[in-house]
Amino acid sequence: MTRIDATFAKLRAEGKKAFVAYVMAGDPDYDTSLEIVKGLPGAGVDIIELGQPFTDPMADGPTIQAAGQRALAGGMTLQKTLDMARTFRETDTETPIVMMGYYNPIYSRGVARFLSDAREAGIDGLIIVDLPPEEDEELCIPAQEAGLNFIRLATPTTDDKRLPRVMQNTSGFVYYVSITGITGSAQAEAGDVAPEVARIKAAGNLPVVVGFGITTPEAAARIAGVADGAVVGSAIVSRIAQGDTPAEVLEFVRTLAEGAHSA
Amino acid sequence: MADDLFNSFMNGPDERGRFGNYGGRFVSETLMPLILELEAEYEKAKDDPEFWAEMDDLWKHYVGRPSPLYFAERLSDHLGGASIYMKRDELNHTGAHKINNVLGQILLARRMGKKRIIAETGAGQHGVATATVCAKFGLQCVVYMGKHDVERQAPNVFRMRLLGAEVIPVTSGRGTLKDAMNDALRDWVTNVRDTFYCIGTVAGPHPYPAMVRDFQSIIGKEVRWQLAEQEGEGRLPDTVIAAIGGGSNAMGLFFPFLDDPSVRIIGVEAGGKGVNDKMEHCASLTGGRPGVLHGNRTYLLQDDDGQILEGFSISAGLDYPGIGPEHSWLHDTGRAEYVSITDREALEAFQLSCATEGIIPALEPSHALAHVMKIAPDLPREHIIVMNMCGRGDKDIYTVAKHLGFDMSDTEGRELD
Ligand SMILES: Cc1ncc(COP(=O)(O)O)c(C=O)c1O
Repeated sequence: MTRIDATFAKLRAEGKKAFVAYVMAGDPDYDTSLEIVKGLPGAGVDIIELGQPFTDPMADGPTIQAAGQRALAGGMTLQKTLDMARTFRETDTETPIVMMGYYNPIYSRGVARFLSDAREAGIDGLIIVDLPPEEDEELCIPAQEAGLNFIRLATPTTDDKRLPRVMQNTSGFVYYVSITGITGSAQAEAGDVAPEVARIKAAGNLPVVVGFGITTPEAAARIAGVADGAVVGSAIVSRIAQGDTPAEVLEFVRTLAEGAHSA
Repeated sequence: MADDLFNSFMNGPDERGRFGNYGGRFVSETLMPLILELEAEYEKAKDDPEFWAEMDDLWKHYVGRPSPLYFAERLSDHLGGASIYMKRDELNHTGAHKINNVLGQILLARRMGKKRIIAETGAGQHGVATATVCAKFGLQCVVYMGKHDVERQAPNVFRMRLLGAEVIPVTSGRGTLKDAMNDALRDWVTNVRDTFYCIGTVAGPHPYPAMVRDFQSIIGKEVRWQLAEQEGEGRLPDTVIAAIGGGSNAMGLFFPFLDDPSVRIIGVEAGGKGVNDKMEHCASLTGGRPGVLHGNRTYLLQDDDGQILEGFSISAGLDYPGIGPEHSWLHDTGRAEYVSITDREALEAFQLSCATEGIIPALEPSHALAHVMKIAPDLPREHIIVMNMCGRGDKDIYTVAKHLGFDMSDTEGRELD
């Protein structure tokens, strides 16, 4: 049982939905970012998605692109993302960390070396946007063998024919991308999301969290109400971009978490 | 039979879209179903004589194919060695090889019922070709072009707008071809249901590298019969040379010769200010290492942490930090050689082509020609080199004027030194 499995089991027992928060590691700088990440569980975050910056984030909108550029300009590296996770683990042994990013920095480090470093740093799962099931041999299968969850994205274009393939080799939870688009774009409607979540849950036994396009506590509540949890990324990252202090960012996160937990 | 298959360089890619370890389908899940559909449609079209009959008709009457294979006699005399032939794809409608591929992809888009076409462009040649074919077929066209390239290729931006395309200057990243490709991919993810992404080179996720290669292979196929016609039955080139940005004009020339071991194959990358630690070049094979970007694994310019670096070249069409995956494989297997040419050498070749042959080349094939200048003098007259003159220089005269210190705004003109 991984930290992610344990978290969902606990939430289920409490009758609560999960609130997942995304921040870019190293945005706007390493120390500020670490302070925010350390504060997330206290603000009600159940699972942390820690973004690993990449120069060419093909699936991200302007907000997260800019966050990655700020982080890289501040000297962020994959090693420092691992260091950040390790430092977080010194004081929090329960909150799962899912590293989210693109394949090339991992490939460049070497898959085997990365997986052992990630495990040792206390990372629990991976979401790698540019690794569809067709490329499972690259990282997905080695990651599961190393004891990390490999969390898959399912999208509105993932039809019934394809869904079993997407569910295969997936673990932890499924991340349903509620729109065809990039991060930070249109808002998803709970009415459209509900049947999709049901479809994915029927295809496997995993919790389904929904993200992309959620920006307010009310939307987090509506979406979490029809799924096992809600993810917010760009809206939090925008607060960091506009220069909010960690305390201000965490206060905003608290309102989102309360929204999701009210569902 | 099995042995023949095994020994061929022309069987790639495999069913996973791999050339050896290169290529693949490294895209987000949103795009995956569409990419599989595109692959299925392309497989169908490839075996459909009607598809190729339509291509042939358009190539002949709209593009002006076959393009001539021209013996550059004064250039050959000047260099005093090998016989140099130019494959004149700069004479195609829109002035480069890019339209060979665009026609194929747009016919496919029509078969798939897609009404909105998007493209990325660097020098603007692929954008112009896409805008042109969209105008011809009445399709909506959106072209992503790095802000930096919009500035240095102004005439092509105006051409695209005249042709009814919407040109979107890309400000993300550093505003060059790589960033234009990122934004085109972002548009595609967003509008995946009605949009066809017309990629301009042999890169991107499978099936693009193979599909674009197949459409561009008309170049090498024509060279085969044209040389036989001019030099006698069975006469093959001894060396074929082409410039490489993403590698589409090069794959088009090389592919039909991959299984002819007597043909030496040379790809020329952009060496910018020189292939050095400062990374002021775009030579992915000579100065990069394997990585994953834009849907495929290939050689990339990147730092130690796997972050992608910006290339540098005088030529906007070569300014890409990657290279088509099939080239990476041909490089590793040793079937093709890859060299680099600096901005300065390309400018010299540009001027030599003007002076000896009356042909103003684009800066991209000027790189190929510059390597011809290096090797031709040491080869005998019987040695036949075919270089791909894949684009004309109209779009580049402002850039070249600037480098040669010629003031284009001075209507009196002044002497070149
Ligand atoms: C004339 C010309 N040649 C070459 C290229 C480079 O592309 P490729 O390597 O795919 O042929 C371009 C790209 O814009 C071009 O315009």
